[in-house]
Amino acid sequence: MTVLLAALALVALGYVAGLPRRLIGLMLVMLWLAVVLAHLVLPEGTGLLRATGGNLRGWLALGVVVVVVLGYRAGVSRLRKGALASVATPVPPASGPFSDTELDRYARHIVLREVGGAGQRRLKGARVLVVGAGGLGSPALLYLAAAGVGTIGVIDDDTVSNSNLQRQVIHSDARIGMPKVFSAQAAMTALNPFVTVRPYNRRLTADEAPALFADYDLILDGSDNFPTRLLVNAAAVAAGKPLISGAIAQWEGQLGLFDPASGAPCYACIFPEAPAEGLAPACAEAGVMGALPGVVGAMMAAEAIKEITGAGQSLRGRLLIYDALWRENRTVGLKRRAGCAVCGGVHPAG
Amino acid sequence: MTITLNGAPLQTGATTLADLLHEAGFGPKVATARNGAFVPAGLRASTPITEGDRIEVLAPMQGG
Repeated sequence: MTVLLAALALVALGYVAGLPRRLIGLMLVMLWLAVVLAHLVLPEGTGLLRATGGNLRGWLALGVVVVVVLGYRAGVSRLRKGALASVATPVPPASGPFSDTELDRYARHIVLREVGGAGQRRLKGARVLVVGAGGLGSPALLYLAAAGVGTIGVIDDDTVSNSNLQRQVIHSDARIGMPKVFSAQAAMTALNPFVTVRPYNRRLTADEAPALFADYDLILDGSDNFPTRLLVNAAAVAAGKPLISGAIAQWEGQLGLFDPASGAPCYACIFPEAPAEGLAPACAEAGVMGALPGVVGAMMAAEAIKEITGAGQSLRGRLLIYDALWRENRTVGLKRRAGCAVCGGVHPAG
Repeated sequence: MTITLNGAPLQTGATTLADLLHEAGFGPKVATARNGAFVPAGLRASTPITEGDRIEVLAPMQGG
């Protein structure tokens, strides 16, 4: 008992004095040695032996157990270091903004040269607003959440319906009737509890857009109607925020990154007005192949991750056409339109 | 001559992009590109069509 108290006192004193762990360990070893020596040297029945309790065999056994445990720990940590050293990229310090669980979760991003620890930190610091939690929003929101985009806003005024579930994979049969933004939030936080989801259960309006867009760095448009698309574009241009816009119909999708603030065109430079009636039917009228929004929405998330981390070449000034029926990708170079009513007054810096 | 319109081959007698749009029955509210480069609406009448051109006529899509 006396020895135990002495050991505890040593450890406590060591911590208070801020001694290195190694030194405290050494002091404990010396204490143990002293006890063992006492048992060896002093005759049996001495008061000191009784005070140190037990017998020589007990103390020796304790020593063996401690040596085995420490040896095992050292072996494991050496193995772990070896495993980490075999990964080519530098491992960011665990003291950064990420917990060990998050570092493990995002490990496949962090080993990517174009993302790395710095890119993953940018993702965590990023705020992305997704307009529409439907076909395109489903994969876009899920992949943004999985990627660890720190703050994800989602605005939609619709509720989950049975006929959505052929393609809107963020929702579920059990959540039919639930507002889509809350259904999406449930799926995203179930996938990744380390991100913040902000659901806005309403239709985007011109009144609200400026204040809402100001809260975000990047806007993704996966809405399902032209008035909203034109509104999102105008608000993104006014706020100076890049807009990743995806659209689908039947077997074909379009994807572009619009950003007049950096010299690229805006959506209205290319499509200044709503198309003639019947030329661009909604999904409900024309039909849509279920996996199509999966492809295009996932590409929206990929472009968002590139935009945030600065990886590769963005879709600025280009429009991608994905034709699922004939399995073709075509890309068209875009230019700003002189006199565009929406972005005509924007002059890119530099 | 043979051109490619939205990824599919097409026989046409049109000599300008504006003619081609008219011939193929597109209205004015579309975006156009010739050989991967955007052509603004105002330049369609003066943009020639030649053998092998790849023409994209893009109607905006609203589905999401």
